[in-house]
Amino acid sequence: MTCHCQTGCTIKLIFTQGPSIATRLILFAALSVVLMVMDHKYKSLESMRAGLSVVVYPIQFTMDAPGTLTDWFSESLSSRRRLQEDNESLRTQQMMQQVQLQKLASLEAENIRLRELLDSSFKVGEKVLIAELLSVNLDPYQHQIVINKGEIHDVYAGQPLLDAKGIMGQIVHAGPYTSTAMLITDTSHAIPVQVNRNGLRTIAIGTGTINRLELPYIPNNADIQPGDLLITSGLGGHFPPGYPVAEVTAVQHDPGHTFSQVAATPLAELNRSREVLLVWPGKTTVLDTTDKPPVPPAGDADATATADTPPDGTPPAGVAPDAAPAAETPAPAAAATPAAPSRAEDTE
Amino acid sequence: MTLARHHGGGAIVFTFIVALLLTIMPLPEWARYLRPDWVGLVLIYWCMALPERVGVGSGWFAGLLVDLLTGAVLGQHALALAVVAFLTIKFHQRVRLFPLLQQAFTVLVLLALHQLIALWISRFIGRPGVPLQFWLPSLIGMLIWAPVYSMLRGIRHGFRVN
Repeated sequence: MTCHCQTGCTIKLIFTQGPSIATRLILFAALSVVLMVMDHKYKSLESMRAGLSVVVYPIQFTMDAPGTLTDWFSESLSSRRRLQEDNESLRTQQMMQQVQLQKLASLEAENIRLRELLDSSFKVGEKVLIAELLSVNLDPYQHQIVINKGEIHDVYAGQPLLDAKGIMGQIVHAGPYTSTAMLITDTSHAIPVQVNRNGLRTIAIGTGTINRLELPYIPNNADIQPGDLLITSGLGGHFPPGYPVAEVTAVQHDPGHTFSQVAATPLAELNRSREVLLVWPGKTTVLDTTDKPPVPPAGDADATATADTPPDGTPPAGVAPDAAPAAETPAPAAAATPAAPSRAEDTE
Repeated sequence: MTLARHHGGGAIVFTFIVALLLTIMPLPEWARYLRPDWVGLVLIYWCMALPERVGVGSGWFAGLLVDLLTGAVLGQHALALAVVAFLTIKFHQRVRLFPLLQQAFTVLVLLALHQLIALWISRFIGRPGVPLQFWLPSLIGMLIWAPVYSMLRGIRHGFRVN
């Protein structure tokens, strides 16, 4: 096996390569198939993916660095006047929002009181964390993004992600330092929503186009019209209820089809936001400045009294106050399944 | 296969890292669909030039990193690039002697094969079909093969990789 020739070592190398490349190919192909099955079918590779994501983190970081540096430079070199203007406008904006928030606190308290009368629980504030997008591109045919928060910040797979305007998507892979999130417009994403106007529940499905969602399970006689606001319904358990998702843009009734063709535009700036919010549903808020309103003692007696005698006309608050149309939609059944990224079974 | 005989492994790794960086480099929306398969191009070059050093295993590992970086199912690009490496090595003695234009067409076939396998797997796991422009990266890969080839050959000679 040793090389005796003085010059042409390449000749020897062709014949002494260990296992033949065909054997190696078969070996690696089998390994790939095992990986794919485990990753896709059983989702059992999350820890391995998280571990390996540390290996690719330097690559992502290097690619992100120029953008971050440019941002930093332009911010530190921007003129004093511009900063003052920014400061001024932000101050005004904050003032306006403070005013709105004052009203919100009382509305929130009132809402909780009313819901207690209906004997239902309703979490208002959630724990949130601000994350930043890494400026890297993923597969152009999948709507995924990478953010700079990971498991060390308690990020978990399936966690909702939103921006200032609405729901953006959910985390699909959480690595130690970075996480990958799927946007609501990805073709394998579905999110349970309801119409804010009348509580009609359905599912919004991604189309693969960044500004378009589809609502395929709306019956022809359902009450939905362009301009309707779609909010998360909280069914499915992934997304907290009550966050804006999209606005209905077009409703087409085709008598030949069982369902109307309804399109909606996501409210979140899916391809523009750089800062995103991670939400921990069920945990109490950390950004909320107002104290949690305690159970109002005055309404306590009333609450227990109403709980004993369930009101006949009023549905429990988890169920939206919608009438016949929603009952016909297949949405409630489908909404029970979490809007997990593997919607592959119902399509195709 | 002692270490003394091999030289410039760092240069090979460096070219792969640059290819991976280019794979996730932010591009404007329209250009994202045109991004050539950098890792595939680099892999084909090294498999052709140094088949005893870069082979099926390297291709597989590079593909696994592509999977991680692009958020694909683990093993998708790994399998595809392992097959590309296998075929390149299988025909490297012939393709090495081709004129550059003919080589570029071989590269087109290999890159398209990578895309085909990747597409096949993503269809298999239930992702939707793709428009015709999906194949543009392979064409662009063919068009830029000549500069990529001469650049990588420059690196190989410059760092005396063997």
